[in-house]
Amino acid sequence: MIEVKNLVKKYGSHIAVDHLSFSIEKGQIYGFLGPNGAGKSTTMNIMTGYLGATEGQVIINGHDILKEPEEAKKSIGYLPELPPLYTDMRVCEYLQFAAELKGIKKAKREESVEEVVKLAKLKDVEMRLIRNLSKGYRQRVGLAQAMLGFPEIIILDEPTVGLDPKQIIEIRELIRKLAKNHTVILSSHILAEVSEVCDTVLIISKGKLVASDTPKNLEKLMAGAESIEITTKASRSDVREILSGVEGIIEIKTEQKQDGTTYAKIDMEEDQDIREAVFFAFAKAQKALLSMNHTKVSLEDVFLELTQSEKQDLAEDDEDLQDPEETADEKIMEEDETDESNI
Amino acid sequence: MKAIFKRELQSYFTSMIGCVFIAVVVAFTGIYFLAYNLNGGYPYFAYALGGALIVFLVAIPILTMRSFSEDRKNKTDQLLLTSPVSVTKVVLGKFFAMAVMFLIPNIIFLFFPWIIKMQGTAYIGADYLSILVFFLLGCVYISIGMFISALTESQIIACISTFGILLILYLWNGIISFLPSSAVGNAIGLIIILTAIVVFIFHMTGNFIISAAIEAIGVIATAAVCIVKSSLLENLLSTWLGKLALTDIFSGVADNSIFDVSGLVLYLSIIVLFVFLTIQAIQKRRWS
Repeated sequence: MIEVKNLVKKYGSHIAVDHLSFSIEKGQIYGFLGPNGAGKSTTMNIMTGYLGATEGQVIINGHDILKEPEEAKKSIGYLPELPPLYTDMRVCEYLQFAAELKGIKKAKREESVEEVVKLAKLKDVEMRLIRNLSKGYRQRVGLAQAMLGFPEIIILDEPTVGLDPKQIIEIRELIRKLAKNHTVILSSHILAEVSEVCDTVLIISKGKLVASDTPKNLEKLMAGAESIEITTKASRSDVREILSGVEGIIEIKTEQKQDGTTYAKIDMEEDQDIREAVFFAFAKAQKALLSMNHTKVSLEDVFLELTQSEKQDLAEDDEDLQDPEETADEKIMEEDETDESNI
Repeated sequence: MKAIFKRELQSYFTSMIGCVFIAVVVAFTGIYFLAYNLNGGYPYFAYALGGALIVFLVAIPILTMRSFSEDRKNKTDQLLLTSPVSVTKVVLGKFFAMAVMFLIPNIIFLFFPWIIKMQGTAYIGADYLSILVFFLLGCVYISIGMFISALTESQIIACISTFGILLILYLWNGIISFLPSSAVGNAIGLIIILTAIVVFIFHMTGNFIISAAIEAIGVIATAAVCIVKSSLLENLLSTWLGKLALTDIFSGVADNSIFDVSGLVLYLSIIVLFVFLTIQAIQKRRWS
């Protein structure tokens, strides 16, 4: 359906997209995932023909986006990062204009505009000037524009940015509905969104494709590192001594907390549950175990692992090496941040 | 193309710029009409149009400044360039919308000779010809303004640069009279113009070898002519550049009522050239 071959985009000496290749099949939802500045938007802009690539090829339904742009663009609906709205127009006027621009026949125009207005729930604001609409409604007008004429491929660049939680859920439902008859490609830096909505996740970091699989498979890929977290009143050395008697442990990380407790993260071997053994070991030593969590690897960890490994390489190249505990804290902080945005 | 044309035309009226533009053009021409024709009793409306040429300097930049720079700033060009419409059609749609905006005051002008006729003798045919040439000259300026708007993201910069260029075109004859008449002076002038063109070619294509080759050939040819037959170069620049005096073509038609085909061809070619350059400027932006 879409084939991207060896795509390179350079801005001066900065490489935004670095030899990116992937192909996209019909009738699925694809998610572009990557930190800020990873090249998601640039890739989408090249795929839709807005930007030219420095090298490489994009083929849409057998049409090269550069050689037969009009044919290729007919099967794409695109919502860029910033919805391309003429703020001096009314919503219905704008959608009429977009429909004509997309070459929808005059007889069908009215009907297809009405359809997307219904889907994007814009009926109430249809007669209002786009200038006076809120960010959420503007986003929906942009989405309606992308759906106009129901092209085979719908590309959405961060469709839920700036929306309130209720709207986010609505748009996710809309995307799922669209995916029944269309191929949807969306980009996001919100992990929960991608893992919930997408069939296939493409993780991009620094313009390179670092992973491409279903969310489940990606989690499985990393499943070797299952672990449990405990908080105890024993000291750090005590914890190590107590745990030395438990089998199936790969690695223990401990940390002294300010309130006198010790936090420990225990990586365990695959397909083993050592929780019981840990509990009895502490009971035997008469040390109180305050909490114990079984943590499974989430897509978040996969994402951080894949996109941060390069960052750490760079940090090691620098002479002022970061304190490993600090990076651990940072990681936790980042997880917290994404958690908040998922609510 | 039709969709873009309609939208542009509509937005000129909703944003007031269109109304202000028409009002300014008609009002200024009306003042000249009052002074020359009604008060002075001169029977040719073309004379008033000739005086009103100066209104182009302000009115045209206001009309053209937003054509492409606003799209680029608001990112609405993403919609235009990702829909199944070629860049040529986008540019033509916008150009025709502006041309129609300028056509409206010209249609109003068609009544003016009849007002003269009511007072006595009038030359309707000659005046209508002048209005046609006046309209075409406006279109030439619109195409130049549109090209400048496509080069920048800021409407203000587009407006001021267009004003500057139109002012140079307005003062063209005066500027040309300062050019040297000696062969060496003309040779140096030619090389300067050539270098400017080559820098532009290099900027657009990024190909160093082609640009350098053109520059080298041009410099050698000029030097050779200067040595072998220097009389060819005398007054060359002022004669050649004098032919580009766009307002002269209009005044020729207006003053003498002569249908100047070569002048009209020049106008049309300049329009085509700048529409082409606008398309190229937009294409280039996608690659940088």
